[in-house]
Amino acid sequence: MPEVQSQVREITFAEAVREALAEEMRRDPRVFIMGEDVAEAGTPFKVLSGLVEEFGTSRVVDTPISEAGFTGVGVGAAMTGLRPVVDIMFGDFITLTMDQMVNQAAKVHYMSGGKWKVPMVMRTTLGAARRSAAQHSQSLHAWFSHVPGLKVVMPSTPYDAKGLLKTAIRDDNPVIFFEDKMSYKLKGPVPSEEYTIPLGVADIKREGSDITLVGTSSMVQLALEAAALLEEADVSAEVVDPRTTWPLDEHTLIESVKKTSRAIVMDEGYGRYGVAAELAATIAEGAFHYLDGPVQRMGAMHVPIPFSPPLEDATLPTANMIFEAAMKLCGRS
Amino acid sequence: MYIGEEAIAVGVCEALRREDYITSTHRGHGHCLAKGASPKLMFAELLGKEAGYCRGKGGSMHIADPATGNLGANAIVGGSVGIATGAALSAKTLKTGQVAVCFFGEGALGQGVLYECFNLAQLWKLPVMYVCENNMYNEYTHFSETTAGDIPSRAAAFGIKADTVDGQDVRAVFAAAATLADRARRGDGPAFLLCETYRYRGHHVGDINREYYRSKKEEQQWLAENDPIRNFSAWLKAQKLADAASLSTIDAELKVEMDEAMKFAIAAPYPSTDQVDQDVYA
Ligand SMILES: Cc1ncc(C[n+]2csc(CCOP(=O)(O)OP(=O)(O)O)c2C)c(N)n1
Repeated sequence: MPEVQSQVREITFAEAVREALAEEMRRDPRVFIMGEDVAEAGTPFKVLSGLVEEFGTSRVVDTPISEAGFTGVGVGAAMTGLRPVVDIMFGDFITLTMDQMVNQAAKVHYMSGGKWKVPMVMRTTLGAARRSAAQHSQSLHAWFSHVPGLKVVMPSTPYDAKGLLKTAIRDDNPVIFFEDKMSYKLKGPVPSEEYTIPLGVADIKREGSDITLVGTSSMVQLALEAAALLEEADVSAEVVDPRTTWPLDEHTLIESVKKTSRAIVMDEGYGRYGVAAELAATIAEGAFHYLDGPVQRMGAMHVPIPFSPPLEDATLPTANMIFEAAMKLCGRS
Repeated sequence: MYIGEEAIAVGVCEALRREDYITSTHRGHGHCLAKGASPKLMFAELLGKEAGYCRGKGGSMHIADPATGNLGANAIVGGSVGIATGAALSAKTLKTGQVAVCFFGEGALGQGVLYECFNLAQLWKLPVMYVCENNMYNEYTHFSETTAGDIPSRAAAFGIKADTVDGQDVRAVFAAAATLADRARRGDGPAFLLCETYRYRGHHVGDINREYYRSKKEEQQWLAENDPIRNFSAWLKAQKLADAASLSTIDAELKVEMDEAMKFAIAAPYPSTDQVDQDVYA
């Protein structure tokens, strides 16, 4: 077969999300978007700009500020022949959708003995650092990751965002897709031709041999920064991005730590009872005999996100903190 | 922020006592000042300073001040409806004679919790006033595209006393609020007050090109014809209750007060970072 000349462009995370939606909407007329200020406004982050011009207001649908209501409508529409992409403007507002997602969407397939399906995607955000205070800065993906029947996707690069969102839309289950607000302007290579990325396959973002830095979403770039600092100190860090918290690629995590024998897990949610805790437990169980030290968690400080800039900054891990923790784990501090 | 909507907070809070409760919104600076807050401490909070009302932890969207009955501004649309209704339950149970006012934008009419609380408030005859500030846009979407039917009828369907008032006319707002507050204080139950108004500026700092959702002409018309402060000044002059000189003295004094508050806030220190994990639990 002649090799197809692959065209790779640099696009932003937001553009990657928009492309995935546009391609899936062109491919499948059942796919539509529903949420607050998604049409002409294209969301406050302008992620959806231009979609309403192509697909019209019957497929890019502005809703009232009724998260519980339109999420429920999404569940019902998904059960009966449509494939909704429900937009929840800030991840903080998923709390308003909890009954629809947890008691309805997550359980319909199981409770009906596999007879009904809910092929629906919820897109929402996570992440602090925008001086938006306690109700607009949370990373609540652990809440959904906890619930059987839901899948949770946390892309960290434009490439992953596009490929994973396309797969999420084609999935026959409710999938929640978390986008880091601070990553929308992040640029990265994305091929111009069609591709998808399966859910449940981790990506090794950087290979290394001394320590594994597991990062999700916003924490991946930070882990890469820390890995660069560590390299200067002659410590070789491997950066693993699980990309989805459920399904979870336990194998890649465990194999990486078997090789490096040390691990730090970073996630912007709360470490306690959170995604970082689950990833750390997975590693501890699967690579126990290979570990040279305890698996460490790093995440948002266990406080509501404060408004005051110096206080907010104090709640978040930094590349330096990761660097220092890694040096210590490697017995180098 | 609240520019263009001042008559509502001022008219309503003028009808309240200091100990009465309010809950506020993401557009809350006006409510906060009208209920009696100090501009110095408010500006300090807006900048995240230790001297601010919430020691910098709340910021612009979460100012709270027990001394003036301010239960807090809320960045969740409709997020404070339960709190205001609960405060009214306390007032009734503890027989304090207080009234609770819940300010919200018309966007909150989309939230189911509002109707659950309407039902509770009317069933239990609670002294709560739901003040709906209809500035015509939920962010970038005209309210007619998100709101079915008639707004006051929604409250009236629960048997709640519902009125509509020109939200640009501070005297009309005051008169309506005073009547409803008295009524609530007497034990005659909750009320709903729809105030028609307009937000002159963007929804947030980045909301600069607004042509796709509303015209410049519409904005200019509201500014030119319906500015609550200009219209009230004109009325005061026409009634010979104030002359141009006394009004410009008030303007000048206010400008000094605001400038001083701003300087105070800018000069004030940030909280030290060891404050970050304080106040999580009582
Ligand atoms: C539950 C919830 N959903 C969405 C938002 C995002 N949001 C913030 S303000 C706003 C519009 C609110 O409109 P309205 O209540 O009319 O108040 P206005 O801003 O016009 O004063 C939206 C959708 C939010 N803060 N809370």
